[in-house]
Amino acid sequence: MAVVLMPDLPLADWMTQLDAQIARSPRFFDGRPIVLDLEGLAGNEAGFLTLVEDLAARAIRIIGIENADEAALGPLLPQLPPVLTGGRTVGLPVLVPGDPPPPPEPEPPQEREPPALVLDRPVRSGQSVAFTGGDVTVIGSVASGSEVIAGGSIHVYGALRGRAIAGLLGPGPGGVRARIFCRRLEAELLAIDGVYKTADEMDPALQGRAVQVWLDGDQIAIAALD
Amino acid sequence: MAKVLVVTSGKGGVGKTTSTAALGAALAQAGQKVVVVDFDVGLRNLDLIMGAERRVVYDLINVVQGDAKLSQALIRDKRLETLHLLPASQTRDKDALTSEGVARVMDELREKFDWVICDSPAGIERGAQLAMYHADTAVVVTNPEISSVRDSDRIIGLLDSKTERAEKGERVDKHLLLTRYDPARAKRGEMLKTEDILEILSIPLLGIVPESQDVLRASNLGSPVTLADPTSAPARAYTDAVRRLMGEKLAMSIPGDKKGLFGKLFGRRVA
Repeated sequence: MAVVLMPDLPLADWMTQLDAQIARSPRFFDGRPIVLDLEGLAGNEAGFLTLVEDLAARAIRIIGIENADEAALGPLLPQLPPVLTGGRTVGLPVLVPGDPPPPPEPEPPQEREPPALVLDRPVRSGQSVAFTGGDVTVIGSVASGSEVIAGGSIHVYGALRGRAIAGLLGPGPGGVRARIFCRRLEAELLAIDGVYKTADEMDPALQGRAVQVWLDGDQIAIAALD
Repeated sequence: MAKVLVVTSGKGGVGKTTSTAALGAALAQAGQKVVVVDFDVGLRNLDLIMGAERRVVYDLINVVQGDAKLSQALIRDKRLETLHLLPASQTRDKDALTSEGVARVMDELREKFDWVICDSPAGIERGAQLAMYHADTAVVVTNPEISSVRDSDRIIGLLDSKTERAEKGERVDKHLLLTRYDPARAKRGEMLKTEDILEILSIPLLGIVPESQDVLRASNLGSPVTLADPTSAPARAYTDAVRRLMGEKLAMSIPGDKKGLFGKLFGRRVA
Protein backbone atom coordinates (compact mmCIF):
# COMPACT_ATOMS: atom_id res chain seq x y z
CA MET A 1 0.00 0.00 0.00
CA ALA A 2 1.39 3.36 -1.02
CA VAL A 3 0.87 6.79 0.43
CA VAL A 4 -0.19 9.41 -2.07
CA LEU A 5 1.27 12.91 -2.03
CA MET A 6 -0.80 15.59 -3.73
CA PRO A 7 1.29 18.67 -4.34
CA ASP A 8 -0.51 21.87 -5.29
CA LEU A 9 0.41 25.41 -6.32
CA PRO A 10 2.33 27.41 -5.38
CA LEU A 11 4.84 24.63 -5.03
CA ALA A 12 7.15 26.54 -2.64
CA ASP A 13 4.35 26.86 -0.04
CA TRP A 14 3.48 23.20 -0.39
CA MET A 15 7.14 22.31 0.21
CA THR A 16 7.18 24.40 3.38
CA GLN A 17 4.10 22.57 4.64
CA LEU A 18 5.66 19.24 3.78
CA ASP A 19 8.79 20.16 5.72
CA ALA A 20 6.65 21.08 8.72
CA GLN A 21 4.96 17.70 8.46
CA ILE A 22 8.31 15.95 8.34
CA ALA A 23 9.45 17.93 11.38
CA ARG A 24 6.36 16.77 13.32
CA SER A 25 6.76 13.12 12.43
CA PRO A 26 10.29 12.66 11.14
CA ARG A 27 9.94 8.94 10.51
CA PHE A 28 6.63 9.11 8.69
CA PHE A 29 8.07 8.56 5.20
CA ASP A 30 10.77 6.10 6.25
CA GLY A 31 10.70 3.15 3.92
CA ARG A 32 7.20 3.98 2.72
CA PRO A 33 6.45 3.76 -0.99
CA ILE A 34 5.06 7.11 -2.14
CA VAL A 35 2.91 7.85 -5.15
CA LEU A 36 2.91 11.38 -6.50
CA ASP A 37 -0.47 12.65 -7.67
CA LEU A 38 0.16 15.41 -10.18
CA GLU A 39 -3.41 16.51 -10.80
CA GLY A 40 -2.91 19.76 -8.85
CA LEU A 41 0.09 20.70 -10.94
CA ALA A 42 -1.39 20.40 -14.41
CA GLY A 43 0.31 22.81 -16.81
CA ASN A 44 3.52 23.04 -14.77
CA GLU A 45 5.12 19.92 -16.15
CA ALA A 46 8.45 21.71 -16.48
CA GLY A 47 8.91 21.84 -12.73
CA PHE A 48 8.33 18.12 -12.17
CA LEU A 49 11.94 17.15 -12.35
CA THR A 50 12.93 19.62 -9.66
CA LEU A 51 10.03 18.40 -7.52
CA VAL A 52 11.11 14.78 -7.77
CA GLU A 53 14.69 15.77 -6.92
CA ASP A 54 13.52 17.87 -3.97
CA LEU A 55 11.52 14.95 -2.64
CA ALA A 56 14.43 12.58 -3.12
CA ALA A 57 16.58 15.00 -1.08
CA ARG A 58 14.07 14.48 1.77
CA ALA A 59 14.47 10.71 1.47
CA ILE A 60 10.95 10.36 0.07
CA ARG A 61 10.86 7.38 -2.21
CA ILE A 62 8.59 7.96 -5.21
CA ILE A 63 7.52 4.71 -6.80
CA GLY A 64 5.18 6.18 -9.35
CA ILE A 65 3.17 9.17 -10.58
CA GLU A 66 -0.53 9.44 -11.05
CA ASN A 67 -2.91 11.70 -13.00
CA ALA A 68 -0.11 12.98 -15.21
CA ASP A 69 -0.76 14.24 -18.70
CA GLU A 70 1.67 11.97 -20.55
CA ALA A 71 1.44 14.03 -23.72
CA ALA A 72 2.42 17.22 -21.91
CA LEU A 73 5.27 15.48 -20.10
CA GLY A 74 6.64 14.25 -23.41
CA PRO A 75 10.44 14.14 -23.29
CA LEU A 76 10.52 14.21 -19.47
CA LEU A 77 8.79 10.85 -19.17
CA PRO A 78 11.88 8.62 -19.18
CA GLN A 79 13.43 10.62 -16.33
CA LEU A 80 10.35 10.37 -14.11
CA PRO A 81 9.07 7.45 -12.14
CA PRO A 82 6.63 5.23 -14.00
CA VAL A 83 3.12 6.49 -14.58
CA LEU A 84 0.52 4.50 -12.65
CA THR A 85 -3.18 4.18 -13.29
CA GLY A 86 -6.10 2.57 -11.53
CA GLY A 87 -4.87 3.21 -7.98
CA ARG A 88 -7.53 2.80 -5.31
CA THR A 89 -7.86 4.75 -2.13
CA VAL A 90 -7.74 2.28 0.72
CA GLY A 91 -7.28 2.31 4.51
CA LEU A 92 -4.73 5.04 4.82
CA PRO A 93 -6.13 8.17 3.19
CA VAL A 94 -4.31 10.48 0.83
CA LEU A 95 -1.79 12.52 2.73
CA VAL A 96 -1.97 16.21 2.06
CA PRO A 97 0.76 17.99 4.01
CA GLY A 98 -0.52 20.71 6.28
CA ASP A 99 -3.79 18.96 6.93
CA PRO A 100 -4.28 17.44 10.36
CA PRO A 101 -3.01 13.88 10.60
CA PRO A 102 -5.55 11.28 9.55
CA PRO A 103 -8.07 10.58 12.31
CA PRO A 104 -7.63 7.21 13.99
CA GLU A 105 -9.88 4.40 12.91
CA PRO A 106 -13.21 4.84 14.71
CA GLU A 107 -13.27 2.36 17.58
CA PRO A 108 -15.65 -0.51 17.18
CA PRO A 109 -18.73 0.11 19.35
CA GLN A 110 -17.58 -2.32 22.03
CA GLU A 111 -17.61 -1.74 25.80
CA ARG A 112 -14.85 0.69 26.56
CA GLU A 113 -13.31 0.46 30.00
CA PRO A 114 -14.40 3.56 31.90
CA PRO A 115 -11.58 5.89 32.92
CA ALA A 116 -12.69 5.99 36.57
CA LEU A 117 -14.47 3.85 39.12
CA VAL A 118 -16.99 5.39 41.52
CA LEU A 119 -18.21 3.35 44.50
CA ASP A 120 -21.24 4.73 46.28
CA ARG A 121 -21.06 2.48 49.30
CA PRO A 122 -18.38 1.98 51.93
CA VAL A 123 -15.51 -0.44 51.38
CA ARG A 124 -15.84 -3.00 54.17
CA SER A 125 -13.12 -4.75 56.12
CA GLY A 126 -11.68 -7.63 54.11
CA GLN A 127 -12.77 -6.21 50.77
CA SER A 128 -10.24 -5.35 48.13
CA VAL A 129 -11.17 -2.96 45.36
CA ALA A 130 -8.69 -2.96 42.51
CA PHE A 131 -9.12 -0.74 39.46
CA THR A 132 -5.99 -0.46 37.39
CA GLY A 133 -7.60 1.57 34.61
CA GLY A 134 -7.63 4.92 36.41
CA ASP A 135 -8.96 6.79 39.44
CA VAL A 136 -11.12 5.35 42.20
CA THR A 137 -13.63 7.47 44.10
CA VAL A 138 -15.32 6.09 47.20
CA ILE A 139 -18.43 7.82 48.54
CA GLY A 140 -18.19 6.49 52.08
CA SER A 141 -15.44 5.14 54.25
CA VAL A 142 -12.68 2.63 53.58
CA ALA A 143 -12.62 0.32 56.57
CA SER A 144 -9.72 -0.93 58.58
CA GLY A 145 -8.58 -4.18 57.01
CA SER A 146 -9.71 -3.29 53.51
CA GLU A 147 -7.77 -1.95 50.54
CA VAL A 148 -8.34 0.23 47.52
CA ILE A 149 -5.92 -0.13 44.61
CA ALA A 150 -6.02 2.33 41.72
CA GLY A 151 -4.13 2.85 38.50
CA GLY A 152 -4.50 6.58 39.11
CA SER A 153 -5.55 8.66 42.10
CA ILE A 154 -7.79 7.66 45.01
CA HIS A 155 -10.51 9.93 46.43
CA VAL A 156 -12.29 8.95 49.64
CA TYR A 157 -15.29 11.00 50.74
CA GLY A 158 -15.26 9.53 54.21
CA ALA A 159 -12.70 8.12 56.60
CA LEU A 160 -9.75 6.24 55.11
CA ARG A 161 -8.94 3.55 57.65
CA GLY A 162 -7.61 0.79 55.45
CA ARG A 163 -4.92 0.76 52.77
CA ALA A 164 -4.84 3.06 49.77
CA ILE A 165 -2.50 2.07 46.97
CA ALA A 166 -2.50 4.61 44.14
CA GLY A 167 -0.59 5.18 40.92
CA LEU A 168 -0.26 1.60 39.71
CA LEU A 169 0.00 2.90 36.13
CA GLY A 170 3.05 5.03 37.03
CA PRO A 171 3.42 8.70 36.15
CA GLY A 172 0.94 9.94 33.58
CA PRO A 173 1.64 12.18 30.58
CA GLY A 174 3.89 15.06 31.53
CA GLY A 175 5.05 13.21 34.64
CA VAL A 176 1.74 13.79 36.48
CA ARG A 177 1.64 11.44 39.44
CA ALA A 178 -1.28 9.97 41.29
CA ARG A 179 -2.48 11.40 44.62
CA ILE A 180 -4.66 10.22 47.46
CA PHE A 181 -7.35 12.43 48.99
CA CYS A 182 -9.53 11.65 51.97
CA ARG A 183 -11.90 13.40 54.32
CA ARG A 184 -10.39 11.77 57.38
CA LEU A 185 -6.97 10.16 57.61
CA GLU A 186 -6.78 7.05 59.77
CA ALA A 187 -5.10 4.90 57.14
CA GLU A 188 -3.09 1.77 57.81
CA LEU A 189 -0.96 2.26 54.73
CA LEU A 190 -0.61 4.81 51.95
CA ALA A 191 1.25 4.00 48.74
CA ILE A 192 1.81 5.90 45.51
CA ASP A 193 3.77 4.55 42.60
CA GLY A 194 5.42 1.88 44.74
CA VAL A 195 6.49 4.20 47.57
CA TYR A 196 4.62 3.56 50.79
CA LYS A 197 4.17 4.79 54.31
CA THR A 198 2.61 2.91 57.21
CA ALA A 199 0.44 4.40 59.95
CA ASP A 200 3.44 4.37 62.30
CA GLU A 201 5.36 6.72 60.03
CA MET A 202 2.59 9.27 59.62
CA ASP A 203 2.55 12.50 61.55
CA PRO A 204 0.11 12.00 64.46
CA ALA A 205 -1.01 15.61 64.06
CA LEU A 206 -2.60 14.65 60.72
CA GLN A 207 -4.66 11.82 62.19
CA GLY A 208 -8.36 12.38 61.66
CA ARG A 209 -7.85 15.34 59.32
CA ALA A 210 -8.80 15.85 55.72
CA VAL A 211 -5.58 15.42 53.78
CA GLN A 212 -3.99 14.97 50.42
CA VAL A 213 -1.09 12.62 49.84
CA TRP A 214 1.40 12.96 47.00
CA LEU A 215 4.91 11.98 45.99
CA ASP A 216 7.56 14.56 46.71
CA GLY A 217 10.52 13.12 44.83
CA ASP A 218 10.62 9.60 46.21
CA GLN A 219 8.99 10.47 49.52
CA ILE A 220 5.34 10.24 50.50
CA ALA A 221 4.16 13.69 51.55
CA ILE A 222 0.95 14.37 53.44
CA ALA A 223 -0.67 17.74 54.07
CA ALA A 224 -3.93 18.80 55.66
CA LEU A 225 -6.54 20.21 53.31
CA ASP A 226 -8.25 22.43 55.90
CA MET B 1 -44.77 -13.30 54.42
CA ALA B 2 -42.10 -15.00 56.48
CA LYS B 3 -38.91 -13.17 57.26
CA VAL B 4 -35.56 -14.87 57.52
CA LEU B 5 -33.30 -13.11 59.99
CA VAL B 6 -29.67 -14.00 60.58
CA VAL B 7 -27.93 -13.11 63.82
CA THR B 8 -24.26 -12.77 62.98
CA SER B 9 -21.06 -11.03 64.06
CA GLY B 10 -17.89 -12.57 62.68
CA LYS B 11 -16.27 -12.51 66.09
CA GLY B 12 -17.08 -15.14 68.70
CA GLY B 13 -18.29 -14.50 72.22
CA VAL B 14 -20.08 -11.24 71.49
CA GLY B 15 -23.55 -12.59 72.26
CA LYS B 16 -25.00 -14.04 69.06
CA THR B 17 -26.64 -17.06 70.67
CA THR B 18 -27.91 -15.11 73.68
CA SER B 19 -29.35 -12.49 71.34
CA THR B 20 -30.92 -15.11 69.05
CA ALA B 21 -32.72 -16.66 72.01
CA ALA B 22 -33.77 -13.30 73.49
CA LEU B 23 -35.00 -11.86 70.18
CA GLY B 24 -36.78 -15.11 69.28
CA ALA B 25 -38.54 -15.26 72.63
CA ALA B 26 -39.48 -11.59 72.51
CA LEU B 27 -40.97 -12.00 69.03
CA ALA B 28 -42.93 -15.02 70.22
CA GLN B 29 -44.09 -13.04 73.26
CA ALA B 30 -45.40 -10.47 70.79
CA GLY B 31 -47.54 -13.22 69.23
CA GLN B 32 -45.37 -14.08 66.23
CA LYS B 33 -44.71 -17.65 65.10
CA VAL B 34 -40.98 -18.05 65.51
CA VAL B 35 -38.34 -20.70 64.90
CA VAL B 36 -34.76 -20.25 66.01
CA VAL B 37 -32.29 -22.31 63.94
CA ASP B 38 -28.86 -23.22 65.29
CA PHE B 39 -26.33 -23.15 62.44
CA ASP B 40 -23.36 -23.68 64.73
CA VAL B 41 -22.91 -27.31 63.74
CA GLY B 42 -20.39 -29.03 65.98
CA LEU B 43 -20.58 -26.36 68.69
CA ARG B 44 -24.27 -26.18 69.37
CA ASN B 45 -25.32 -23.95 72.24
CA LEU B 46 -28.73 -22.57 71.39
CA ASP B 47 -30.46 -25.62 72.84
CA LEU B 48 -28.80 -24.94 76.19
CA ILE B 49 -29.73 -21.27 76.23
CA MET B 50 -33.30 -22.21 75.27
CA GLY B 51 -33.41 -24.92 77.93
CA ALA B 52 -34.22 -27.65 75.38
CA GLU B 53 -31.01 -29.68 75.49
CA ARG B 54 -32.71 -32.71 77.01
CA ARG B 55 -35.30 -32.94 74.26
CA VAL B 56 -33.05 -32.99 71.18
CA VAL B 57 -33.63 -36.07 69.01
CA TYR B 58 -33.10 -35.00 65.43
CA ASP B 59 -31.23 -31.93 64.27
CA LEU B 60 -30.67 -29.63 61.31
CA ILE B 61 -28.17 -32.01 59.68
CA ASN B 62 -30.67 -34.89 59.79
CA VAL B 63 -33.29 -32.72 58.08
CA VAL B 64 -30.84 -31.30 55.53
CA GLN B 65 -29.71 -34.81 54.61
CA GLY B 66 -33.27 -36.08 54.48
CA ASP B 67 -32.90 -38.52 57.38
CA ALA B 68 -35.67 -36.87 59.38
CA LYS B 69 -38.70 -34.77 58.65
CA LEU B 70 -38.70 -31.15 59.71
CA SER B 71 -41.61 -31.76 62.07
CA GLN B 72 -39.60 -34.47 63.85
CA ALA B 73 -36.65 -32.17 64.48
CA LEU B 74 -38.53 -29.04 65.58
CA ILE B 75 -38.74 -28.63 69.35
CA ARG B 76 -41.59 -26.56 70.70
CA ASP B 77 -40.81 -24.33 73.65
CA LYS B 78 -42.53 -25.32 76.87
CA ARG B 79 -43.20 -21.74 77.93
CA LEU B 80 -44.20 -20.12 74.66
CA GLU B 81 -46.43 -22.00 72.27
CA THR B 82 -45.32 -20.10 69.16
CA LEU B 83 -41.58 -20.49 69.79
CA HIS B 84 -39.69 -23.38 68.21
CA LEU B 85 -36.08 -24.54 68.04
CA LEU B 86 -34.30 -26.37 65.25
CA PRO B 87 -31.12 -27.57 66.95
CA ALA B 88 -27.70 -28.14 65.43
CA SER B 89 -25.78 -31.36 65.58
CA GLN B 90 -22.95 -31.53 68.08
CA THR B 91 -21.29 -34.58 66.55
CA ARG B 92 -21.05 -33.53 62.93
CA ASP B 93 -19.17 -30.71 61.26
CA LYS B 94 -20.21 -27.90 58.96
CA ASP B 95 -19.29 -29.83 55.81
CA ALA B 96 -22.38 -31.94 56.41
CA LEU B 97 -24.52 -28.93 55.45
CA THR B 98 -25.23 -28.77 51.72
CA SER B 99 -26.47 -25.55 50.18
CA GLU B 100 -29.32 -27.36 48.39
CA GLY B 101 -30.38 -29.05 51.61
CA VAL B 102 -30.30 -25.80 53.56
CA ALA B 103 -32.31 -24.07 50.83
CA ARG B 104 -34.99 -26.78 51.01
CA VAL B 105 -35.22 -26.55 54.81
CA MET B 106 -35.42 -22.74 54.70
CA ASP B 107 -38.25 -22.90 52.15
CA GLU B 108 -40.15 -25.27 54.39
CA LEU B 109 -39.58 -23.09 57.46
CA ARG B 110 -40.75 -19.99 55.59
CA GLU B 111 -44.10 -21.68 54.99
CA LYS B 112 -44.59 -22.60 58.64
CA PHE B 113 -43.38 -19.51 60.53
CA ASP B 114 -43.52 -15.70 60.58
CA TRP B 115 -39.88 -15.41 61.60
CA VAL B 116 -36.98 -17.76 60.89
CA ILE B 117 -34.05 -16.69 63.05
CA CYS B 118 -30.69 -18.20 62.14
CA ASP B 119 -27.98 -18.26 64.79
CA SER B 120 -24.75 -17.99 62.81
CA PRO B 121 -21.51 -19.61 63.91
CA ALA B 122 -18.55 -17.29 64.49
CA GLY B 123 -16.13 -16.78 61.64
CA ILE B 124 -16.67 -16.04 57.97
CA GLU B 125 -16.38 -19.53 56.54
CA ARG B 126 -18.90 -21.91 55.07
CA GLY B 127 -21.05 -22.25 58.19
CA ALA B 128 -21.49 -18.52 58.59
CA GLN B 129 -22.09 -18.04 54.87
CA LEU B 130 -24.77 -20.75 54.79
CA ALA B 131 -26.47 -19.18 57.81
CA MET B 132 -26.65 -15.76 56.13
CA TYR B 133 -27.32 -16.91 52.56
CA HIS B 134 -31.12 -16.90 52.73
CA ALA B 135 -31.48 -13.90 55.03
CA ASP B 136 -33.84 -11.00 54.33
CA THR B 137 -32.69 -9.19 57.43
CA ALA B 138 -29.50 -9.33 59.45
CA VAL B 139 -28.83 -8.39 63.04
CA VAL B 140 -25.12 -7.69 63.40
CA VAL B 141 -24.13 -8.22 67.03
CA THR B 142 -21.22 -6.04 68.06
CA ASN B 143 -19.40 -5.28 71.31
CA PRO B 144 -18.06 -1.77 71.86
CA GLU B 145 -14.46 -2.78 71.16
CA ILE B 146 -12.36 -2.30 68.08
CA SER B 147 -11.81 -5.98 67.15
CA SER B 148 -15.50 -6.71 67.29
CA VAL B 149 -16.32 -3.63 65.21
CA ARG B 150 -13.85 -4.58 62.51
CA ASP B 151 -15.16 -8.15 62.33
CA SER B 152 -18.69 -6.80 62.07
CA ASP B 153 -17.60 -4.60 59.20
CA ARG B 154 -16.23 -7.69 57.45
CA ILE B 155 -19.52 -9.52 57.97
CA ILE B 156 -21.50 -6.57 56.57
CA GLY B 157 -19.32 -6.78 53.46
CA LEU B 158 -20.24 -10.47 53.12
CA LEU B 159 -23.94 -9.71 53.67
CA ASP B 160 -23.66 -7.30 50.73
CA SER B 161 -21.98 -9.84 48.46
CA LYS B 162 -22.46 -13.46 49.51
CA THR B 163 -26.21 -13.69 50.11
CA GLU B 164 -29.04 -14.73 47.84
CA ARG B 165 -30.39 -11.19 47.95
CA ALA B 166 -27.02 -9.70 46.99
CA GLU B 167 -26.76 -12.14 44.08
CA LYS B 168 -30.17 -10.95 42.87
CA GLY B 169 -29.03 -7.33 43.12
CA GLU B 170 -31.13 -6.68 46.24
CA ARG B 171 -29.99 -5.66 49.69
CA VAL B 172 -30.21 -7.46 53.00
CA ASP B 173 -31.63 -5.12 55.68
CA LYS B 174 -28.88 -4.74 58.22
CA HIS B 175 -29.27 -3.68 61.85
CA LEU B 176 -26.67 -3.12 64.51
CA LEU B 177 -27.22 -4.59 67.96
CA LEU B 178 -24.67 -3.33 70.47
CA THR B 179 -24.27 -5.83 73.28
CA ARG B 180 -22.26 -6.01 76.52
CA TYR B 181 -22.45 -2.25 76.74
CA ASP B 182 -21.19 -0.98 80.09
CA PRO B 183 -22.52 2.53 80.82
CA ALA B 184 -20.01 3.10 83.63
CA ARG B 185 -17.03 2.20 81.45
CA ALA B 186 -18.48 4.18 78.58
CA LYS B 187 -18.65 7.21 80.84
CA ARG B 188 -14.99 6.77 81.73
CA GLY B 189 -14.12 6.57 78.04
CA GLU B 190 -12.89 2.99 78.27
CA MET B 191 -15.11 1.76 75.46
CA LEU B 192 -15.71 2.83 71.89
CA LYS B 193 -18.41 5.45 71.74
CA THR B 194 -21.71 4.46 70.17
CA GLU B 195 -21.54 7.25 67.61
CA ASP B 196 -18.04 6.16 66.56
CA ILE B 197 -19.23 2.58 66.05
CA LEU B 198 -22.21 3.79 64.05
CA GLU B 199 -19.94 5.99 61.96
CA ILE B 200 -17.61 3.09 61.19
CA LEU B 201 -20.30 0.54 60.39
CA SER B 202 -22.87 2.95 58.92
CA ILE B 203 -25.91 0.72 59.46
CA PRO B 204 -28.94 1.65 61.59
CA LEU B 205 -28.92 0.92 65.32
CA LEU B 206 -31.45 -1.66 66.53
CA GLY B 207 -30.67 -1.51 70.21
CA ILE B 208 -28.09 -1.24 72.96
CA VAL B 209 -28.03 -4.14 75.41
CA PRO B 210 -26.22 -3.34 78.65
CA GLU B 211 -23.72 -5.76 80.16
CA SER B 212 -25.60 -7.47 82.96
CA GLN B 213 -25.47 -10.37 85.34
CA ASP B 214 -29.10 -11.01 84.42
CA VAL B 215 -28.00 -12.32 81.03
CA LEU B 216 -25.59 -14.83 82.53
CA ARG B 217 -28.14 -15.90 85.13
CA ALA B 218 -30.81 -16.42 82.47
CA SER B 219 -28.41 -18.42 80.27
CA ASN B 220 -27.53 -20.71 83.14
CA LEU B 221 -31.22 -21.24 83.80
CA GLY B 222 -31.75 -22.22 80.17
CA SER B 223 -34.14 -19.39 79.58
CA PRO B 224 -33.90 -16.44 77.19
CA VAL B 225 -33.47 -13.28 79.24
CA THR B 226 -36.68 -11.78 77.87
CA LEU B 227 -38.54 -14.74 79.42
CA ALA B 228 -36.52 -15.24 82.59
CA ASP B 229 -36.56 -11.66 83.78
CA PRO B 230 -38.71 -9.47 81.51
CA THR B 231 -38.21 -6.30 83.56
CA SER B 232 -34.42 -6.49 83.63
CA ALA B 233 -32.45 -3.92 81.67
CA PRO B 234 -31.22 -6.34 78.97
CA ALA B 235 -34.69 -7.84 78.54
CA ARG B 236 -36.17 -4.38 77.99
CA ALA B 237 -33.44 -3.62 75.46
CA TYR B 238 -34.23 -6.80 73.51
CA THR B 239 -37.97 -6.14 73.67
CA ASP B 240 -37.45 -2.64 72.28
CA ALA B 241 -35.21 -4.08 69.57
CA VAL B 242 -37.95 -6.50 68.55
CA ARG B 243 -40.51 -3.70 68.39
CA ARG B 244 -38.15 -1.82 66.06
CA LEU B 245 -37.70 -4.97 63.95
CA MET B 246 -41.49 -5.09 63.56
CA GLY B 247 -41.43 -1.53 62.26
CA GLU B 248 -42.18 0.57 65.34
CA LYS B 249 -40.32 3.83 65.79
CA LEU B 250 -38.95 4.10 69.30
CA ALA B 251 -36.55 6.58 70.82
CA MET B 252 -33.19 4.93 71.51
CA SER B 253 -32.30 4.61 75.16
CA ILE B 254 -29.81 2.58 77.13
CA PRO B 255 -31.84 0.81 79.74
CA GLY B 256 -30.21 1.06 83.15
CA ASP B 257 -30.81 -1.28 86.05
CA LYS B 258 -33.73 -0.14 88.14
CA LYS B 259 -32.62 -0.01 91.72
CA GLY B 260 -34.77 0.53 94.77
CA LEU B 261 -33.97 3.25 97.22
CA PHE B 262 -31.90 0.83 99.25
CA GLY B 263 -29.96 -0.25 96.23
CA LYS B 264 -29.15 3.34 95.38
CA LEU B 265 -28.07 4.17 98.92
CA PHE B 266 -25.96 1.09 99.34
CA GLY B 267 -24.69 1.29 95.82
CA ARG B 268 -23.28 4.74 96.50
CA ARG B 269 -21.88 3.84 99.84
CA VAL B 270 -20.14 0.77 98.55
CA ALA B 271 -18.71 2.65 95.58
